[in-house]
Amino acid sequence: MATRIDVTGLTAYYGKFKAVADVNLTIEPKNVTAFIGPSGCGKSTVLRTLNRMHEVLPGARVEGKVLLDGEDLYGAGTDPVNVRRTVGMVFQRPNPFPTMSIYENVIAGLKLNGVRKKALLDERVEESLRGANLWEEVKDRLGRPGAGLSGGQQQRLCIARAIAVEPQVLLMDEPCSALDPISTLAIEDLITKLKSSFTIVIVTHNMQQASRVSDTTAFFSLEKTGDPGRLVEFDKTSKIFTNPTEKRTEDYVSGRFG
Amino acid sequence: MSTATVSGPAVGDTADRLGLRGQSLPRWMPLAVAAGAVVVSLLIYLLTPVDSEIQIVLMAALGFVIAMTALSTAVEGGRRARDRFATTLVYTAFLLAVIPLVAVLVSVIGKGAGRLDAGFFTHSMNGIGARDVGGGIYHAIIGTVEQVLLASVLAVPFGLLVAIYLVEYGRGRVSRVISFFVDVLTGLPSIIAGLFILAFWVIALDQGFSGFAGALALAVLMIPTVVRSAEEMLKLVPNELREAGYALGVPQWRTILRVVVPTALPGIVTGVMLAVARVAGETAPVLLTVFGTNLINSNPFSGEQSSLPLYIYSQAGQPQQSAVDRAWAAALVLIIIIMVLNLAARLFAGRNRLR
Repeated sequence: MATRIDVTGLTAYYGKFKAVADVNLTIEPKNVTAFIGPSGCGKSTVLRTLNRMHEVLPGARVEGKVLLDGEDLYGAGTDPVNVRRTVGMVFQRPNPFPTMSIYENVIAGLKLNGVRKKALLDERVEESLRGANLWEEVKDRLGRPGAGLSGGQQQRLCIARAIAVEPQVLLMDEPCSALDPISTLAIEDLITKLKSSFTIVIVTHNMQQASRVSDTTAFFSLEKTGDPGRLVEFDKTSKIFTNPTEKRTEDYVSGRFG
Repeated sequence: MSTATVSGPAVGDTADRLGLRGQSLPRWMPLAVAAGAVVVSLLIYLLTPVDSEIQIVLMAALGFVIAMTALSTAVEGGRRARDRFATTLVYTAFLLAVIPLVAVLVSVIGKGAGRLDAGFFTHSMNGIGARDVGGGIYHAIIGTVEQVLLASVLAVPFGLLVAIYLVEYGRGRVSRVISFFVDVLTGLPSIIAGLFILAFWVIALDQGFSGFAGALALAVLMIPTVVRSAEEMLKLVPNELREAGYALGVPQWRTILRVVVPTALPGIVTGVMLAVARVAGETAPVLLTVFGTNLINSNPFSGEQSSLPLYIYSQAGQPQQSAVDRAWAAALVLIIIIMVLNLAARLFAGRNRLR
């Protein structure tokens, strides 16, 4: 059920500002791809173009093609709502719905899209929470507010919420940057486990994390502030971190950037 | 590198060589100074020809501020003295703000409580002559409740939809224009709202005076308040929640309905309650559109009705003491109704915030 993503000639704008220019890359199914690079290089922007979340911001637009198993996400007649059901997303800061319980949070995507059958919902809650390694911790308090969990648990709740709608691809925008090392480890283990059923793309500032969890890595960078970010190198993670082709990649991964 | 010495609490307790603690006045000193200022003022009151209580109170307050600031400057230094001075100003401002509220409550309770009995709530003014002592506010309560309820039914959904449009959808010129007109409407004098409905609904459309006409006028006053408060509350909902909804493949309208509005609901309810409380006390628009009557008319869609503000206005204008007493009692009832509404709004908001 996992899907391959082909990005060709992708350029993203915020109003008049060109944030990223001419990105070409291919994300293999059932693979973890990490986006790394300095702040402002456009890696989060590229991530958000993969499920049409980029255009949610006023004035933001995209040029180029993103193919999901050959289907153009930006083609005429493509419904962004359907795209987002296929390509799920986890954000930098855990954002469970504050008015909903843990149970309601997990099934929010299903329920808000009209699924009503209690048995199916119950089943999906357990499945998703187990999938997100959270079931054992919350199974006795599913009725409690989701906002009452710890930060790491909230982030796993958000992952459970994202996988409950059974997407093909899971995008993660710095999912561990607000978490402590133990919660980070829990999420990283989870990513490795989820890899067997989803195509995963993760943006991270943590290079150890990229090298630990990803199979392929994309390094983005920008010449100077105000210039658009560009894809510098895209290759197997092992190659990027041990023997990169580009000098700039080597400088960045070895900590000699700037 | 020097070796760090960790001194126990006893060491350096009296010395304070680094001057970290500074000199400070004992905690009872402000109270003592206040007592001193009061005593001095009382002596002036008793011994000198100054015989105005207000002047004495002002003197005591001024004496306290001067003595406290001087003492504090001498002992604690300029920064703490300024702090104490500002603290005193804040408390004084608070007292000044509370005085009118307390004064209104005390006089209304004092003058209105005597007339509050079961008969007052269960009777109208039907057949009560100018010199009669009885009569009640049954018809006025019915009128106020029906008019305010109708006004809310008209204004709340409308105002909420406008607020949702402004926050969630509105971009560019249209939303700026709407926002501007909402601001203009906020400053609309209530009697103008009444005149508008009188000219438009009652006279031009020939609908006659009715509770519904009053509700229309009140709704005109409520809409901008509801829009503004709901708008502020919707703006407070973090964008991340909207994005979380979209990222789950939930359409925008559903995200708004099921995620954004429920998150902002306690604040929206508080805003609505405050708007309701505000229009419940409006007299001018009701005077022009509902007209007022002494009879019980529970049908808001036809014929004149009464309402509490209108009742107070008409009774207070009459020369007989019995009518004035009725006005005070009705004023007390109106205050109680509005206070209960405010408290309910606060309780609701507080309860939801605890989650």
